[in-house]
Amino acid sequence: MDRSIAIEVSRLCKTYDAHKAVDDLSFQVYAGEIFGLLGPNGAGKSTTLRTLITLLHPTSGTATVFGHDTVRDADTVRTLIGYVPQERAIDRFLTGREHLQLLGALYHLTKEEAAKRIAELLKLVELETHADRPAKTYSGGMKRKLDIACGLLPNPKVLFLDEPTLGLDVQSRLRIWEYVRMLKARGMTIVMTTNYLDEADQLCDRLAIIDGGKIKTLGSPAELKIALGGDIVSLTLKEMDRMAGLESALKNQPAIKAVRLTAKGLDIRVESPEKALPAILESANRLGCGIDFIQYNRPRLDDVFIAHTGRRIQDEVIKEE
Amino acid sequence: MKEYRQEIGALTMRWVLRLSREKFSMLFTLVQPMLFWLIFFGNLFQRAADSQVTQAPNYISFLAAGVVVMTVLNNGLAGGVDLLFDKENGFLERLMSTPIHRSSVILSRFIFVMSITSLQVLVILGVAFLFGVHPATGLLGVAVILLIGMMFGVGLTAISMAMAFSVKSHGDFFSVLGFLSLPMIFLSSALVPLAAMPGWMSVLAQFNPMTWAIDAVRPLILSGWSEALPHVGMVVVVMLVFDALCLYGGAKAFRRAMG
Repeated sequence: MDRSIAIEVSRLCKTYDAHKAVDDLSFQVYAGEIFGLLGPNGAGKSTTLRTLITLLHPTSGTATVFGHDTVRDADTVRTLIGYVPQERAIDRFLTGREHLQLLGALYHLTKEEAAKRIAELLKLVELETHADRPAKTYSGGMKRKLDIACGLLPNPKVLFLDEPTLGLDVQSRLRIWEYVRMLKARGMTIVMTTNYLDEADQLCDRLAIIDGGKIKTLGSPAELKIALGGDIVSLTLKEMDRMAGLESALKNQPAIKAVRLTAKGLDIRVESPEKALPAILESANRLGCGIDFIQYNRPRLDDVFIAHTGRRIQDEVIKEE
Repeated sequence: MKEYRQEIGALTMRWVLRLSREKFSMLFTLVQPMLFWLIFFGNLFQRAADSQVTQAPNYISFLAAGVVVMTVLNNGLAGGVDLLFDKENGFLERLMSTPIHRSSVILSRFIFVMSITSLQVLVILGVAFLFGVHPATGLLGVAVILLIGMMFGVGLTAISMAMAFSVKSHGDFFSVLGFLSLPMIFLSSALVPLAAMPGWMSVLAQFNPMTWAIDAVRPLILSGWSEALPHVGMVVVVMLVFDALCLYGGAKAFRRAMG
């Protein structure tokens, strides 16, 4: 399918003194998708994001948003994007409504336009009843909702979310995910950074795993997992003596990619468990192999991350905090 | 141009709203200089200060010019604090990701700090008036005092904002601020005329732009136009140079932080 391109990043580099924060990064974001930048802290996600929202000038390389260069054509880019920063970028002395009114003026809306849109947004993020209280009285989740309303105020074609659920409780987190899905359904393109694997897995149509300023791998969560070599079915057998027979019987079957002997049974790599499981059970039955225990493991994004960066994402996060 | 005005108007309004939400802070910001310096210090040193030395009818009338310029100094040096917090909590990034003219945020800050400072200067002159200090040059003189205050304030606010954009943490910012403020006051003609200072201090004080501002404001309050005009002419030149330097440095720091 030929899809129109919302964002094109081409050989982007950003160097601070001697440190390469982003090192020769190239990728595209299609219009209407949720694109994730996944990586540990300091991987270069935020630098990439801040380049796209025109706040950083690349050392070399280019980035465009709907064909507009983020440096030469920064003002046009700024009219197309909405931004939800990582920190709670909230002025605690202003009310929710005053935040949105301020931004309305900065996007040069008339008072009437702004008032109309602000009412819609407050309703969307369920802050109507709290709109006229100073933001210092808001909970973490409410602040995040206000952040998102601020990002949506310009009715952007692309919304950038920097770690949208960092430090939120589970309920607020699920709520934010709901908004993001709804915005996608409305046709908005969304680019988000995250260091939560489950978040990337749940939300992103495609994602790039970034580490050390480079893209390690890029694709849909499903593609990335399949690229690891498929799902694993582990069998624990009752009788060890029939194991070799079962192994050779399974090896040549089309749905099965690889079979490996383990201490208690077999580890079988399969492409699709729907086809492989009946075949496995049928063979075991035919050879009279009793099965004690059967376990099916779908590779998780954690496994993808480890495979491409050589470590778990959480290790890094904990170390840096 | 209409858009530019809309941006600056909304951003300036934000500073006003913030201040109005911090009622206590507003009260203390407004009354602190006149309470501590003008009323307490001015009356306290009434007999300790020699009117032969101060060349003024009483110490409080001598001190009024100093308190006016000190207020400008403190407001100016603190002028970048709110931007520092905006930088630290990401609000500045949010503002900068909108299609506003890059200078709007900074201009709004200048407008706000200058307005608050002018208001405070008027309050100080009003309180001084109650203690019998009647500006010799009348209302026009007061207008010139406000103008001098603004010229000095622009440069100071630029320094403060440049610092806000450059420092790594707000601890650094406040250390530098604390370090600058009092020496600037002592090494100026705010509390004692230059002629009465120890030699080395008066030499240093001559390089302090604050001294030039005070030496122009003081005759506007105490003496009259004929004595004040040469000083006013001089301070305008000094302030133009001072502001040019500060704005140049500020613009550089801003560009480094924002690009």
